[in-house]
Formats: sequence, structure tokens, C-alpha cells
Amino acid sequence: MEGVGFLTILGIIVTASIRSATPLIFASLGGNFSERSGVFNIGLDGIMTIGAFSAVFFSYKTGSPWAGLLGAIVMGGLFGLLLAFMSIYFKANQVIVGTAINILAASLTTFLLVEIWGRPGQTDNVEYFKAVGPFNLFTYLAFVMVIVSYYVMYKTPFGLRVRSVGEHPRAADTLGINVYAIQYICVIISGVLAGIGGASLSIGSMSLFKEGMVAGKGFIALAALIFGKWHPIGAALACLFFGFAVALETVATNLPVPRELLYALPYIMTMLAVSGFVGRSVGPAAGGIPYEKGEK
Amino acid sequence: MFKKGLVLFLALVMVMTIFTGCAQPAQAPAAPAEPDPAEEAKPELSFGMITDVGGLGDKSFNDSAWEGIQKAGKELGVEPVILQSTKQEDYEANIGNMAQSVDLSIAVGFLMEQAMKVGSEQYPDVKFGIIDTVVTTPNVMSVTFKEHEGSFLVGVIAGLATKTNVIGFVGGMDFPLIQKFEVGFIAGVKSVNPNAKVLVNYTGAFDNPDKGKEIAISQFKQKADVIYHASGGCGIGVIQAADENDFWAIGVDQDQSAVSNNNKVLCSMIKRVDVGTYTIIKAYADDKFEGGKAIELGLKEEGVGFSDNGKNVSAEIKAVADKAKELVVNGTIVVPVTREDLEAFKPVEIK
Repeated sequence: MEGVGFLTILGIIVTASIRSATPLIFASLGGNFSERSGVFNIGLDGIMTIGAFSAVFFSYKTGSPWAGLLGAIVMGGLFGLLLAFMSIYFKANQVIVGTAINILAASLTTFLLVEIWGRPGQTDNVEYFKAVGPFNLFTYLAFVMVIVSYYVMYKTPFGLRVRSVGEHPRAADTLGINVYAIQYICVIISGVLAGIGGASLSIGSMSLFKEGMVAGKGFIALAALIFGKWHPIGAALACLFFGFAVALETVATNLPVPRELLYALPYIMTMLAVSGFVGRSVGPAAGGIPYEKGEK
Repeated sequence: MFKKGLVLFLALVMVMTIFTGCAQPAQAPAAPAEPDPAEEAKPELSFGMITDVGGLGDKSFNDSAWEGIQKAGKELGVEPVILQSTKQEDYEANIGNMAQSVDLSIAVGFLMEQAMKVGSEQYPDVKFGIIDTVVTTPNVMSVTFKEHEGSFLVGVIAGLATKTNVIGFVGGMDFPLIQKFEVGFIAGVKSVNPNAKVLVNYTGAFDNPDKGKEIAISQFKQKADVIYHASGGCGIGVIQAADENDFWAIGVDQDQSAVSNNNKVLCSMIKRVDVGTYTIIKAYADDKFEGGKAIELGLKEEGVGFSDNGKNVSAEIKAVADKAKELVVNGTIVVPVTREDLEAFKPVEIK
């Protein structure tokens, strides 16, 4: 490594970690809202795909990345609403609905890609958010959102209600909290955040949508959520850690470690995280159980 | 009751969306049926092409292959048939369909190697061609490219164009086919600029532009000012990083100057897939079809080379690159193929 100092390498790793963590942070904050209110959102990955596609579509149609961002927010929110509707109103199994959304997102975007751009694979280049300093808009926004999420969840009456709904919906209901309304709001917020996370990939770090570009990031975000013990700041730190694993690969040739191990690192970390390596990580008590009003 | 009905209905709608992707290929198998009668009118010669998942319109591999087929079709007065694959499961079905309707079926892309093996064994009386990989069944003719020779030329260009004496290489997956690009490139750089350092990184994927970009930025921060990629879809990220950070990117497979918004593609290593498909058909038409044979197209056969649609390579550098090409063609320079070859490689002065 003659000619390139240690500080340069460190700088590369740090900035690359933060950039790679950006979409994960949005998605895991979204997951945090949803799960804290007692609704599992396995569909994060699919909603990210929808967000990534919508962002490119609206930016393509209007020539403005801001419209793209707005489109991702709206479409992400709509898919959140779909998940909420199925799992709260119909009390469908949340894991199955989430999986269905993932499949729906993958096939819908592939279909629309052919309809709109006339070819599978990828879209044309569109207007996007160029980097300001080492990062683009999304990265700065991600960190703001971490603080906002923390504040909302732990310092506001709304946050207290969300947490109580996730822990013991019956008690919350008895105290006059509208359980369903809280859950709807939280799942829609989670859709919006996942949508922004998707947009950060397609019109933030890139300027196009490519099939499979989300590449399981929604699931890694879920793992980060568990890793971070269902806490916004914990989850964000876990995302940075996953980002770090990706960043290491970019300077891999300079390290005496086999490349294959580095490629596998984020996934090994995820497995360790989910298998309880970080100690007891307990989710909301009523997570995944549809709330039935009149039930004893 | 109403709720249950609605749940069932919505669930069905969701399941149906899985099949939306199938709408496109459904038309594809019908395609060969139409030209069938025309094919029978000219029983002595009929041929068609099967795309990989990239499909027509990729402005790259498949489009180029189709160009070669059309050229041959025009010369021979034959209307070629095309079948597009939209997913991996289509490969075998498409090869089978094609084999039933034409005499010579050409599959484009190494992704179809396994399907071609199966298909060619299933239809031993039909002739096949495959591009970019070798299938040894006796009725298949394979065409591959000497990517290392093309990479050597862009390496020469990169070695002369660099100001910082640091050059980057971004590979897709670390296996012998991509190592050919790496090794040829480094040999090219070292031939004209022995002091230059080449940073080598692999993305571990061909479809992750995000990572391509991240690696390119990392190399740029390590002072690289020319970066060559052989990483398929990841390359879009490399070229975009060049747009934003002001270094040169070198494209691969096809002229990629149009991918850059700011004309930051120095040049591209091109693979003449059209020459490949044309060669197979020509051999078949001239009764020189040799099943089980693999042809390797290099600089000599015009199968690989470099292009500069962005007009970014200076006349002096181009002259050296042309000279290098001459030396490779006449055998003075033997471009290394593997990393072991590279270690033994002695740069020859290019004048």
C-alpha cells in the first residue's frame, strides 16, 4: 500500500460503510415502527423494491428526483396500507402477507419494466440526487430519521401508545387507545420508510432501477432490527455494522483475508445476529398476533 | 362470510400476479411456429438465435449477436428466427423449440451452457452453435473470444493515459474467464508503463451496480485515474462513479461511451459477438460446420478489439495501441491468459 496512507484507507472504509448502511437504516427504522405496534413486516424487502422502482419512474416522467422521492413515499405508503389492511382488517397471517408482497413487488416491477421501458433488466438513466460531499441527500436524511424515530418512539405520547399496543393490546384498548388506528399508522410509516430506503438505492447511489437491485436488503434490515434489539439507535448501529462488512470488501485486496469470506461476511453476521449471538433480544410481546377486539 | 370471500379473492389476485412475468415468454414459443412453412420451402438452410435473459435491446451482447445473424440472413436470403428467454427456466424449452423448427440453432451466452448440453443430446440430428462457452457434444460448434488480447490493448491505452500511475481493475466474479480480462489488462499496462500500479478488486457479482460504484470510488481514493471494468451490470456503477469523480472508465463487451453522461468512458474493450454468430452460420452454409469444435476469436480474427466512440483517446496513444495490435497479431507478443502466465510475462517494447 505504498503511496496510500492508513488514513486514506480508513476514510474509504468509513464513508463506504455509511453509504452502504443508508438504505438499511431506512428499512430497519420502518421495521421498528411496524413491529413495535405488533405487526411483523416481512414485506420490507418488497416495499423497498417498489420504492426503488417508483422513484425511478416518477423521476423519469417528471425529470425531477424530488418527484421520484415523493413517488417512492406514496407508493411505499400504499403498499404499507395493503399490508396493514390484510393483516389488521382481515387478520391474515402477517408472515404470509409479507411474503406475498415480496413476490408481488418482484413480479410487478419486472412486468412494468417491460411495459414502460420495453425491455427486462434495467431502466434508462434518470435524474438523481448527486452526492453532496461524500454522501447524497439520503444518507443525511437517514441520520435525521434515526433521531426523529427515537424521539417519537420514546419521548412522545404517540410512541408510548405504539409500544403499549405492541406489548399488550388488550390493556391498551381498555385504556381507550385505538389499537387498530395505531397499527395502521405504524405499518404505513414502515412502508413509507422502506420506500425511501428503496429510493436511496435507485435515485441516490445509482440513477436507474435494475431488477434485483434490492438484493435482500430488506431482510438484512430486519436482521439489523433484531441485532439492535428493536431500538432505533441500536438498529442504526447494527446497519452501520453490516455496511462496514460491505465496505471491507471494497478494500479487500489490501487485506490478508480470503475474498470469499468477505463476500459471505454480511450474511454470516446476519445469522449470528438472529441466532442470539448478541444476547437475549426480545421483541414486542404481542408481535405477530392479530388483535381481536371482543376476544377473552 | 363476506370477509372470508374477500380474503380468498385478494389472495388469488396476489398469486396471479406471480404469473404476470409469464405473459411475455408465452408469445415467444409461438414465434417459431409461424416461420415454419417458410422454413420448409427452403429445407437446405434455416437458422435462428436464442437470447439469454439479457434479451434484445440490451445494447450489448444480445443485440450484437442478432446483428451478426441478420447479416448472415441477408447474405443467404434467409429470414432468421429469434426466441427470447426472460428467465433461466426458458433456456431448455427455447432450445428445444428452436431445434424442432430450424436446422441450426445458436444460443448466445455462457449461461446457456447446461441447457445446450441437454438440448444438443436430445436432438442429435440438428446442428447447434453456442457463443462464449464450449459445449463438446458432436453437433455443437462453440465460439469463444480471446478477451485477454482485447484487454491487453485497453491496458496499453490505460498505461499511457494515466497521470497518477495508478490504474484500477474491477472484476465481476473471480473465476478464470474474468481473470483473462485482468491478466491481459495488467500485461498491457506493464508493457508501456512498468511503473504503474494496478489495483485489482472483484465485486463478487455481475448485477450489483451499487458495489461496482463503491469499489470504483475506493480505487479512485487510492489515486487511480483510469479504471477498467469487466463486471457486467456492476460496470454501470463504475461508469457512474467516473461521471461524478472525474476519472476515466474503460467499458467492456460493447462500446459503453453512451452509458456515461459526461463522456468519461475513455474507450471500450469490444467483443464482436456478431462476428461469432456470423462465423458459425457461414461455416454451416459453406458445409464447413465442424461439430464439437471450439473456435477462439482473437485480435487476428477481428473477434476482439477496442472502440472509442467518445473520441477520448489521443492520436498518439491510438497509434501505439494499433502497433500493439500488430505485434499481437504477428505473434511477437503472446498475451498471458492466467495469473501464472502473467508472472512469466516479459513486456515487449512497443514501437
